[in-house]
Amino acid sequence: MSQTVLVFVKQVPDTQNITGDAMTPAGTVNRAALPAIFNPEDLNALELALQLKDRYGVKVVVGTMGPPAAAEVLRSSLFRGADECILLTDRAFAGADTLATSYALSCCAKKVGKVDLILCGRQAIDGDTAQVGPQIAEKLHIPQIAYVEEVINLDSDKIRARRAIEGGYEILEAPLPCLLTVIEGNDPRPMAALKIMKYKKAKTPGEVAKNAASPEEAEKICAELKAKGLLIAEWSADYVDAAKDRIGLAGSPTKVKNIQNVILTASEAKSVEPTDEGINNLMHELIADHTLG
Amino acid sequence: MANFYTDNKDLQFTLENLDLAEAVAIKEDNYTKAEKFESAPVDYADALDNFIRVAKVAGEIAGDKIDPRSRIVDEEGPHFENNKVTYHPLTKANLKDLAQADLSGITLPHEYGGLNFPCSVYIMMTEMVSRADGSLQNLFGLQDIAETICDFGNEEQRQQYLPKFASGEYDGSMDLTEPDFGSDLQSVRLRAWQDENGQWYLNGMKRFITNGCAQVHLVLARSEEGTSDGRGLSMFICEACPQLVVRRIENKLGIHGVATCELQYNDVPAQLCGKRRFGLIKYVMSLMNGARVAISAQAVGIAEAAYREAQKYAAEREQFKKSIDKFPAIYDMLSSMKVKLAASRALLYETTRAVDLRNAYNHIAETKENVTPEERAKQKYYNKVAAVLTPMCKALATESANQIAYDAIQIHGGTGYMKDFNVERYYRDARITNIYEGTTQLQVVAAIGGVIQRDNDERIKEFFALPFEGETAKLAAIVKEMYEKQLAAVKFISDKKNAEYHDLMARALVENETYIFVGLLLLRDSLKSAERLPIASRYILDGRFEFEKRYLRIMSDDTLLIENHRSIIDY
Repeated sequence: MSQTVLVFVKQVPDTQNITGDAMTPAGTVNRAALPAIFNPEDLNALELALQLKDRYGVKVVVGTMGPPAAAEVLRSSLFRGADECILLTDRAFAGADTLATSYALSCCAKKVGKVDLILCGRQAIDGDTAQVGPQIAEKLHIPQIAYVEEVINLDSDKIRARRAIEGGYEILEAPLPCLLTVIEGNDPRPMAALKIMKYKKAKTPGEVAKNAASPEEAEKICAELKAKGLLIAEWSADYVDAAKDRIGLAGSPTKVKNIQNVILTASEAKSVEPTDEGINNLMHELIADHTLG
Repeated sequence: MANFYTDNKDLQFTLENLDLAEAVAIKEDNYTKAEKFESAPVDYADALDNFIRVAKVAGEIAGDKIDPRSRIVDEEGPHFENNKVTYHPLTKANLKDLAQADLSGITLPHEYGGLNFPCSVYIMMTEMVSRADGSLQNLFGLQDIAETICDFGNEEQRQQYLPKFASGEYDGSMDLTEPDFGSDLQSVRLRAWQDENGQWYLNGMKRFITNGCAQVHLVLARSEEGTSDGRGLSMFICEACPQLVVRRIENKLGIHGVATCELQYNDVPAQLCGKRRFGLIKYVMSLMNGARVAISAQAVGIAEAAYREAQKYAAEREQFKKSIDKFPAIYDMLSSMKVKLAASRALLYETTRAVDLRNAYNHIAETKENVTPEERAKQKYYNKVAAVLTPMCKALATESANQIAYDAIQIHGGTGYMKDFNVERYYRDARITNIYEGTTQLQVVAAIGGVIQRDNDERIKEFFALPFEGETAKLAAIVKEMYEKQLAAVKFISDKKNAEYHDLMARALVENETYIFVGLLLLRDSLKSAERLPIASRYILDGRFEFEKRYLRIMSDDTLLIENHRSIIDY
């Protein structure tokens, strides 16, 4: 059984370890001040794919849309056991909201060809929308199971997965191809030394071109890398047949109306008497400021 | 998100400054292995980049995965029932993480699925693993079994075992100690006999066997009937089977995570590894020397963990309206602990560097045609240096780890005596390091010959020739004075020709050699990085008084203890 699992991952600013200059004065994320990391739930999605590779021998292809530097998360995927990687990069993709992103990624999935399963992390820590995975499934007209914790069984034509629901879990079955969004829970495997030592030399054509003296030299290096299985595919908007008006800023109807800077400050502690009356007063106060109700 | 490599300045400094180029070039056959193996480096810069990348992975596994599991592993340990050892699920998870990261055959050659890394880098990972969980080192460190099979087994045995060690499928144990023979291994009695077809069988008992429940065992056994010394012993490989019975596991003070087993051999089928009669004198000595370096790293790792807990606690704990690390009594202890830690680490990696060069030139001597006289000389030199530094290093690192763990509890006060804090575990785990793989007393026996023969002199002279200036020159002058006295003390002992007095003063001589040698290592490092100078300076300025005390004792010619020790002991 040779099935293909496509995992979409994202390089994100590390919003979990925020410093004072995390935001620009204009209120947008200051990407320069935050280290770029592998989006945590995408690592869970990759781990799920690699477990399927261990169990069923599927081929794991990892794709990401982003700037040239996003090749780093692809190498990191190779270090963990991915078979192939695709960098979807093009200036035309810049400024995409979730609609334009999911369209671009769905074009990428179509270009990959026969894909049995698409895995995405539930959401990225820089946007927290959880929209891209489900939107890809809609655009590809395939079923989806969101909030997946583990795959119970993978057959040639269907999948059975366990997903978290409020207060418990449910086990769902879907025909293939299908898309899963994965939540944290599995323990992503460490990077493997032998793969690091091999794939640290893997590059995208863009990275090769940047350091090469001439286009001819770049072409030669790319051919050598390709022969060794070390060339990371780099796909443009045209290559994946993406319509110009549906990608990037042009394809993004989302408009930022207002940005509110919230500065969290520690305020004075307030003590509540452990009596019915004290609790009652607290409840009223919380309802009054709309924390409750 | 803890990473035990990237959070450790001293370790990073060590890896970046440890010059392994010569040893790695030999290990990689002048980088021609890169033509055959896609993970092999193309030059030293490429190799060093691999070492740093993989050290970061090991640091992340140690910090993020192993360390948070260590308390429960210590509390619950392995399970033993019906002669079967079952490791704790978290210990199994640790081993799986390490195997998935390809860290189960770090020094094994590329052709068997190993990383072909030098011992120095493997030892750094050993240190990080031990900082996270002291007991896990005893399983992680059994990669040495595979290395011994690699060095002394035949090609068939290498093919049979090494790839499975590298993948983490096989684990190992070295079965040496018996109920009646620990330090005195040459008296080992476990019997090896051959049937008419030449098949070997093992019969007898072994005791205190770390991970004696392993799949693959290297066993020291008496193959030559009628002999009673080390030359009648050979080394055998056997596998777990019904004839090999784990009778019990020990209930230990520390390193709870690993099973220490008593084994009964009821005619266990075995293969001879290497040549008959070379079991103890060559193979086991080599295996034990490797293990001594690994135990030194275990001690450094535990000491690092203990020091950090103490430092953190002292910064947070307030008494008399200020944090206790502002009191002289406490900051004196903390700096002394840190200096001991840095000293142990400096000697550890000077030792592994010598071990790497020794291994490299041994390899040349065994495999190359037309070995040059220069290569022969280097082989001899590094064998000599590794032989004296290994026991010096184990003595220093393991005794220091005990002192550091002891002081870590002291800094915590009553809190540290409670099981709620980690320092009591570090204290228990450190305690075995200066006992097993040869007690400190035996390390002194192993080192004293090299100290008397002045095997460190060539390296010491190289250090004295470094361009010291100002403060470092003043400190070097102090060490120089100590060195002159050490030469006088060595001469005094040699001239005296009193074997008992020699043995009695051996520890003082070895420890004084260490003060000089490590003082120079730390001075050398402070030339590379000025912020290391206060550590070197503290080590030398405090060390000179310790040195003087021992020196005076050696030169006192006080033989009274030899004459009257019974009257004291028996009073």
